[in-house]
Amino acid sequence: MTDLPHQAPPRKLGLVIDLDTCVGCHACAVNCKEWNTGGIAAPLTDTDPYGANPDGVWFNRIHSYETGEGSAGRTVHFPRSCLHCDNALCVTVCPTGASYKREEDGIVLVDEDRCIGCKLCSWACPYGAREYDASEGVMKKCTLCVDRIYNENIPEAQRVPACVATCPANARHFGDFNDPDSEVSRLTRERGGRALMPEMGYAPINRYLPPREVPKTASALEATADTMESKFLQWVDRILS
Amino acid sequence: MHPAYSVIFFTVASGAGYGMLFLAGVLALLERLPLSPWFAWPFFIIAFALVSAGLLSSLLHLGHPERFLKALTQWRSSWLSREGVLAIATFAPTGLFALGWLFVVNDTSDIGPVMQVLALIGSLLCVATVHSTSMIYASLKPIPQWHRGDVTVAYLVLGLASGALLVGLLGALTQTTTHLAPTIAIVALIVGFAVKLNYWRSIRRLPRASAATAIGMKPGTKVRPLDPPHTEPNYLQKEMGYRVARKHADKLRRIAGTLAFGLPLAALLVWFATDGVLAMALAVIAALSGIAGMAVERWLFFAEATHLVTLYYEGDAATD
Repeated sequence: MTDLPHQAPPRKLGLVIDLDTCVGCHACAVNCKEWNTGGIAAPLTDTDPYGANPDGVWFNRIHSYETGEGSAGRTVHFPRSCLHCDNALCVTVCPTGASYKREEDGIVLVDEDRCIGCKLCSWACPYGAREYDASEGVMKKCTLCVDRIYNENIPEAQRVPACVATCPANARHFGDFNDPDSEVSRLTRERGGRALMPEMGYAPINRYLPPREVPKTASALEATADTMESKFLQWVDRILS
Repeated sequence: MHPAYSVIFFTVASGAGYGMLFLAGVLALLERLPLSPWFAWPFFIIAFALVSAGLLSSLLHLGHPERFLKALTQWRSSWLSREGVLAIATFAPTGLFALGWLFVVNDTSDIGPVMQVLALIGSLLCVATVHSTSMIYASLKPIPQWHRGDVTVAYLVLGLASGALLVGLLGALTQTTTHLAPTIAIVALIVGFAVKLNYWRSIRRLPRASAATAIGMKPGTKVRPLDPPHTEPNYLQKEMGYRVARKHADKLRRIAGTLAFGLPLAALLVWFATDGVLAMALAVIAALSGIAGMAVERWLFFAEATHLVTLYYEGDAATD
């Protein structure tokens, strides 16, 4: 069971996250928590939620960074969740078979009834996708909303992961990476979608679209600084003052 | 990485226990294992107590210890599962060997083919079990300080050294053993010291992933954390963000080096030239100091390890 699928899954479901349009509002994380605390991995336990040291299980965490320097510098908001890797070490290290990758669509899940809570899978993940639920004694992780995307009891338009459904900036996209015509494949192709830490060899499925290059138009101040006119005015300024 | 005391105790205790059981097989095959009940009974009681207490302690840190039997099922892919299977399998030949030694064998130089086979299989399984323990850590790619071949060498050699120190102590206290166990201890301590010195020297600067590739930027892009995702430390930071300050690490390395290697080596070398109560005292010092030092070494093994997930929280400063 903790062997990875022997044949590549026919469908590779995953997310494309657009770091250009993500505004860092945390709505995806909040809706993820809301859905999944009642979903198959429920509950996503919180301890001391209104006290001084709140802690709890979240499948999605939004970091904000400054990247680049000088005029190339910018703020990048970065949602971090399970990448449903093809070469998932979190699956193969599991001693019980609780951690597994689905043969049909590649989603990586935890069977909580088999999990002994040894935490080794969370050590094996460089992306920090797994969080231990101390009150339940088992490991928890993003399910790619497996209980939404195949759920025939909700309107078809809602059969996408909760984080995708709620994103107000349309920065999150869900689909099948094996289908070259899917939105996720097209976006990855057109925008140069990147895998995270490809050098680690985990072959993650999810892709992140890098921020678009800022056009190299110098600011108005820089543009006028070196013109003859401004040099003349500076000379006048020095003479008169 | 957070140094969990249960795991430190488990790896040090089971390493010493398997080291003793390994030596029992080797000494028996060399026709040098004493038959005296004053030696043999405490030997096997201590060895099995160390191994069992270690295994129980490793069960205690689980979220659902009652499901431990499930952990024996995934030996095809999981080193943790292999360790469990091998640890349990090792009880059979070593247990039968102990019973044979205590109740059947009456001539050290003629233990018979059955005991020879049990000694050989038992010793090999001891090595395989400690090897699996080390591979649980050495197989983890996100922790560069663990994902190294010398981690396995250190686990095996330190297990042998601590086992040999205990066998040497038992021999000195019961005045039954030869110089063989202390000699093995000295060799293992010297090799172990060399391996750990090289490990400590080389883990300070390891090539590894950067914050840029961690968040999907071009390699080489400067990335500085601006706003964290949450205000209080979460599981990831508590479990994997633990890091001992470098100045404390230096001090602890000196303490570990002195206690685990320096003091036991000095005590054992003097021990060869002495006898009586002084020799016993030196053997006690060597064993206690060695095992205490190995516990410090194991604590450092966790506390000095940095998990790649810290890149997300600390940026490239995490790997400095």
